[in-house]
Amino acid sequence: MTKSDETLLSQHFEITGGDFNNAGKASTSIKEILQEIGIDSSITVRTSIASYEAEMNVVMYARRGELTLNITPEKLHLKLKDEGPGIKNIDMAMQEGFSTATDEMREMGFGAGMGLPNIKKNADKFELFSIPGKGTSLDIIFCLNKTEKK
Amino acid sequence: MNQYYHSIRIDTEKCDGRMKCLRVCPTQAIRVRNGKAAIIEEKCIDCGECITACPNNAIIPLTDPFGELTKFRHTVAMPSPALYAQFGREILPEKILSGINNLGFDSTFDLALTCGEVSFAIQEYLREYKGPKPLISNVCPTVVRLIQVKYPELTDQIIPIEPPRELAAREIKKKKSKQLKLKENEIGTFYLTPCPVKMISIKQPAEKGKSYLDGAISISDIYGPLLSAMQGINKGSYREALENICILGVGWAMVGGICRTLRLKNSLAVSGLTELLKVFNDIERGKLRNIDFIEAYSCAQGCVGGSLTVENVYISYNKILKLIETLEYEQIKACPDIREVRKRYSQQYFFIKGKFEPRPLKPLDKDIAKAIKKRKEKEEIYKSLPKIDCGACGAPTCLTFAEDVVKGEAEITGCTINNAQKLKKLL
Ligand SMILES: Nc1ncnc2c1ncn2[C@@H]1O[C@H](COP(=O)(O)OP(=O)(O)OP(=O)(O)O)[C@@H](O)[C@H]1O
Ligand code: SF4
Ligand SMILES: [Mg+2]
Repeated sequence: MTKSDETLLSQHFEITGGDFNNAGKASTSIKEILQEIGIDSSITVRTSIASYEAEMNVVMYARRGELTLNITPEKLHLKLKDEGPGIKNIDMAMQEGFSTATDEMREMGFGAGMGLPNIKKNADKFELFSIPGKGTSLDIIFCLNKTEKK
Repeated sequence: MNQYYHSIRIDTEKCDGRMKCLRVCPTQAIRVRNGKAAIIEEKCIDCGECITACPNNAIIPLTDPFGELTKFRHTVAMPSPALYAQFGREILPEKILSGINNLGFDSTFDLALTCGEVSFAIQEYLREYKGPKPLISNVCPTVVRLIQVKYPELTDQIIPIEPPRELAAREIKKKKSKQLKLKENEIGTFYLTPCPVKMISIKQPAEKGKSYLDGAISISDIYGPLLSAMQGINKGSYREALENICILGVGWAMVGGICRTLRLKNSLAVSGLTELLKVFNDIERGKLRNIDFIEAYSCAQGCVGGSLTVENVYISYNKILKLIETLEYEQIKACPDIREVRKRYSQQYFFIKGKFEPRPLKPLDKDIAKAIKKRKEKEEIYKSLPKIDCGACGAPTCLTFAEDVVKGEAEITGCTINNAQKLKKLL
């Protein structure tokens, strides 16, 4: 029998800060993987939204980062780690509408200050950790067992 | 019986396996096996790209032949507004409709009027709608199929209002059967279609209800006969003919035609499959939540670009555009009565009966752990392949070939390039 915490799948993606041409590709791959292995479509949607927002934040604010998708029989775990300016005031960043996006980014449709709040809303468990001047990491967890949904 | 009805058929006599279709299929639904193309039913969304790509005309759109007419006591032709864009600028809908009458239909019906009504109905629906946005138009059956198959979670955002062709057919059957004292099934309603995909929405409606249409006849089949049938028709003056054109409805033939009739701040009009995929990806990520309505067509420029039309798509697009400009300039506003539409709207007149259901592609396995294992196998196989997507194995790409192998639908020995290399090593 498979143990409940055994990693069934682990996939790794590199994200480059400022690379808007390839922005969103990791999230697209993640969605395709989830569809292919038959993850419930509502969880797939929530994961897609969260991974896209997290990926875009790295592209917009950090130098580089990595996104890892881990799946166990019970959990889907998105882990994001970046090297960049970090977030000084996490409470503020988590507020809906707070954004430090530049005018150029706003031109491109970003900067509504909804990314982090949306990740939190869609995830079953969400943790943000940041060291100013060094980088930021996010743990975004979805329960695959429907009864465990928050 | 196949689970899914499709509007195209491959003529294996004509097909000589040249793989053009394999490469253009946007959902990788074609394989070439034993030198002949075959369609994977589950994956096909009936976009018609393969019809245009086939050099041998071996992919046949399954529209209805003219002969079907004799099955009914009374026949009604309803041309897609795209038909109005197929002829020169001086030939207005009135003349085209008379021409169709000459072809042997008992009567004709101008869908532009119904399109106008549906525009109002969409506006009403958007006004009271509170769910996730944007809502997506359902006139193009390929778009509906694409959503059901590739974006199953967006099916709830397909607007639940009957497309004009269905609505009109429903009402015509009611009205004519009373008028002529016939049964509803003795009245044949035929759509003159710019694309084969309308056939599937007739034979197998996405919402699992029943279509009110009895058949679809290709515009390209009817074009020649219609040209001759219009000769000698001398309708009243140009200006009088203009008076009968519903300015809200004619635009439905081209991309943007619906949006321009809606009083909305935030709507988008999108056409062409590649563009649609981009936009749907954005919707899926929640990026377009501030957009109320998306008008979507699988064909570039909308239905004037359908695979069964005759005229160059830009010329027909322009014809419709100029027609609307003329109507605006002349201040002709033949349109349905909004109060009447509102009344009927509140009586549920415009709504589809069934519900759009998702139809996601099957995962590699029903069991997640097993599916993940198969996915790993697939990646291993892919690594061992030449990755040149030559197509000689019959799959469009090396990756789809690897997928076919883990699904047990192809043999790993089917890769001819790898085989040749193995052989070289042996020698
Ligand atoms: N990875 C990160 N590194 C550094 N700062 C970040 C990072 N992610 C978010 N931030 C900071 O937190 C703020 C809020 O982020 P959030 O994603 O909620 O909104 P946004 O990116 O500004 O706008 P939106 O996501 O709506 O386009 C950002 O403006 C930025 O200052
Ligand atoms: S855009 Fe129009 S012509 Fe093209 S497939 Fe869709 S409904 Fe048919
Ligand atoms: Mg953000």
